[in-house]
Amino acid sequence: MSDVSQDTSRRRFLTTVTTGVGLAGVAAAAVPFVASMTPSARARAAGAPVEVDISKLEPGQMLTVEWRGRPVWIINRTSEMLENLKTLDEKLADPDSAEPQQPGYAQNEFRSIRPEVLVVVGICTHLGCAPTKKFELGTAGGMSEDWKGGFFCPCHGSMFDLAGRVYRNVPAPTNLVVPPHSYIDDNRVLVGVDPEGVV
Amino acid sequence: MARFMEWVDARFPATKVWKEHMAEYYAPKNFNFWYYFGVLSMVVLVIQIVTGIFLTMHYKPDAATAFASVEYIMRDVPWGWFIRYMHSTGASMFFVVVYLHMFRALLYGSYRTPRELVWLIGMVIFVALMAEAFMGYLLPWGNMSYWGAQVIISLFGAIPVVGEGLAEWIRGDFVVSDATLNRFFAFHVILLPLLLVLLVYLHIVALHKVGSNNPDGVEIKKHKDASGKPLDGIPFHPYYTVKDTFGVMVFLVIYFGIVFFVPEFGGWFLERDNFAPADILQTPPHIVPLWYFTPFYSILRAVTWEWLPGGAKVWGVMAMGASIVMLFLLPWLDRARVRSIRYRGWMYKTALAIFVVSFVVLGYLGTKSPADVDLALFANVYWAQVCMILYFLFFLLMPWYTSKDPTKPEPDRVTSK
Amino acid sequence: MRKAIAAFMLLLTPVLAHGAPAGGGFDKANIDLSDTASLQRGARIFMNFCLSCHSASYMRYQRMAEDLSIDPAIVERDMMFATDKIGDLMTTTMPADDAQRWFGVAPPDLSLVARSRGEDYLYTYMRSFYLDESTPSGWNNTVFPNVAMPHAMYEWQGVQKAVFVTNERGNRQFEHFELVEPGARSPEEYDMAIRDLTNFMVYLAEPAKLERYTIGFWVIVFLLIMVGLTYALKKEFWRDVH
Repeated sequence: MSDVSQDTSRRRFLTTVTTGVGLAGVAAAAVPFVASMTPSARARAAGAPVEVDISKLEPGQMLTVEWRGRPVWIINRTSEMLENLKTLDEKLADPDSAEPQQPGYAQNEFRSIRPEVLVVVGICTHLGCAPTKKFELGTAGGMSEDWKGGFFCPCHGSMFDLAGRVYRNVPAPTNLVVPPHSYIDDNRVLVGVDPEGVV
Repeated sequence: MARFMEWVDARFPATKVWKEHMAEYYAPKNFNFWYYFGVLSMVVLVIQIVTGIFLTMHYKPDAATAFASVEYIMRDVPWGWFIRYMHSTGASMFFVVVYLHMFRALLYGSYRTPRELVWLIGMVIFVALMAEAFMGYLLPWGNMSYWGAQVIISLFGAIPVVGEGLAEWIRGDFVVSDATLNRFFAFHVILLPLLLVLLVYLHIVALHKVGSNNPDGVEIKKHKDASGKPLDGIPFHPYYTVKDTFGVMVFLVIYFGIVFFVPEFGGWFLERDNFAPADILQTPPHIVPLWYFTPFYSILRAVTWEWLPGGAKVWGVMAMGASIVMLFLLPWLDRARVRSIRYRGWMYKTALAIFVVSFVVLGYLGTKSPADVDLALFANVYWAQVCMILYFLFFLLMPWYTSKDPTKPEPDRVTSK
Repeated sequence: MRKAIAAFMLLLTPVLAHGAPAGGGFDKANIDLSDTASLQRGARIFMNFCLSCHSASYMRYQRMAEDLSIDPAIVERDMMFATDKIGDLMTTTMPADDAQRWFGVAPPDLSLVARSRGEDYLYTYMRSFYLDESTPSGWNNTVFPNVAMPHAMYEWQGVQKAVFVTNERGNRQFEHFELVEPGARSPEEYDMAIRDLTNFMVYLAEPAKLERYTIGFWVIVFLLIMVGLTYALKKEFWRDVH
């Protein structure tokens, strides 16, 4: 008859090792199940990056594409529009884009990679309505006299400038989201993919 | 930890239940190989429920998209193929394990008094399991799924007077269609799983009330020590928890071996014809149910005598039903003086051997065409008729041969075998 | 225990036997899924010869590019005719109603045909077309008599004629093929090409096959370790009982 204390410690050792290895197995077995809930190949294909040809986009014009079920606006801004952006700071809630509503490469005064081309998600950051474009200056588009161009959300009256920055004292809390995007060449924007080398 | 358990125990019988059913539940110490299949059945039930939940996240129960959704799972869902194979293998393994579990009862007389209710609840589980498997097989909406369901549901149509209306009610349509698929999905995913879980709970409650049988068929509660514990009993925990864990590991080797290397199992677990979508214009040349139904399917087809009142079809359906009803009656058909086959005479052993062979042969013949000659000399249908008669005789003659059987004296205490 | 193992071994025989096709007698395809070059050649044949009429609508181009190590740029340039998005499913350009009118039956989707018919069937079928003026297409096939499909690959195989003989029971029986017009490939080269195509179609029917054997090996290794550990644990505790 072997020593009782040796028995219990051997027993405890074996139980611990078996339980440990077993739990590792259970964790490994859980991985496929958890992974099966991540976006499938079908979801990835539907959410794939969208290539946009902007060669025909005149200055002052906007086009809309769909990416991951959301509208994305691409605006070719005139130099006048770009100049006007600098005058609006006191009217804006987040003029320097401090909130993380854009990738690092769009955290500048134009909120874009190329100054003229704005790529922004066309969904109001208040409750998700689609803002309408109001590019005409002043009262021509039904806005106030000092209106410098931008977007107006009809649902609750939020306003955004031509860099997608939100005005003060409107329901929307943050600037419009700038999606990941990059340039394949001068004429083609790839919405959904950051530029090379960006972490 | 101790204080936490005190808090819980004041509000919930946690420690009491643990003691009564695990740490101080005394089971016979001579359980052998045949006693693994109960816990293995539970393991497979859990596997089917878990994999089933994850499959339901992606499967579409609509006739137009069901087949495609299964391929979506196989290709587009990360690890979807793995979950699908676990579920299809699990379905077949469930029956392997359950048939062996039931066979143990035949070997050791586990259905005899006072365990009749354990057996009856178990038989209800078996019937529910067959329904669950049948419903589940329609869901992939493959060609065999469709035609197999069409054939089996039309059996209900054979019932006189109410048959056609009943079949239509089950289908929700004039033929197996999207309506049928959707309701089978509801039954397969929620109704029967809930029922199965409830029945398994009742099965174990009934078992624990009377205590487990054992390979020697002796009642361990007859001989207790000074503190009331059966002399031939050992606490379920830790002895059988540790032994069953080993058994489960061996089972998992076989199970995952199949999942990863031969999930189709030569066409037995995943039928070839089911990789083509349901086609109402193209009946497969051989409509064969999955292997676990084939013995009963064989009995259904074996009744070919048209001179029977009402025709052969309705009697075939009744024979198939009777073959399962016979199993319910076992506790009352068996009149032997002993429980376990270890102490029975040559009559029962011979009868059981013939029964097993007939059952297996019926199963084999269920996969073949009745007119062909796959065994020797005679067409399959004649062999099926012989085996069907032998199957029924096992039960019908049992009261006679079990009482006449020259049994050996049953020991008082368990033997060390 | 030994009886159980023996019984289990016996139960395996139907598994091994069932693999043989019911009709029997198909030539062996002898494919090798680990031969990526073969799969790539098969993919090329499939895209060029099959996808114009048939679809493989459960398979995505992107998946094939990844699994078969084909540069996505090559797939987009040379292998995609019905779409320009590499994430899309492999649908055919032929409209289903037109197909029905031209052939009498819409060409079936081929994603799973290797699983429903088997690789040996496919390998034999693609090599068994022969010239037959009595059919609408002018072609027939000994594996699938009076099939509506014409010989899509006759340019490679050439033109075969089937030689029939009358057997003892007085029935017309196929004996052998005769190549009456050579194709761009020799018979051996054509057989190899069809082996590649069959190989690809087996992959097409179950892409996961490429990875499940490797993963399975390690799972079984792990489980065998667990068998060993739990056995030792059981033996240790059961010393109390014996």
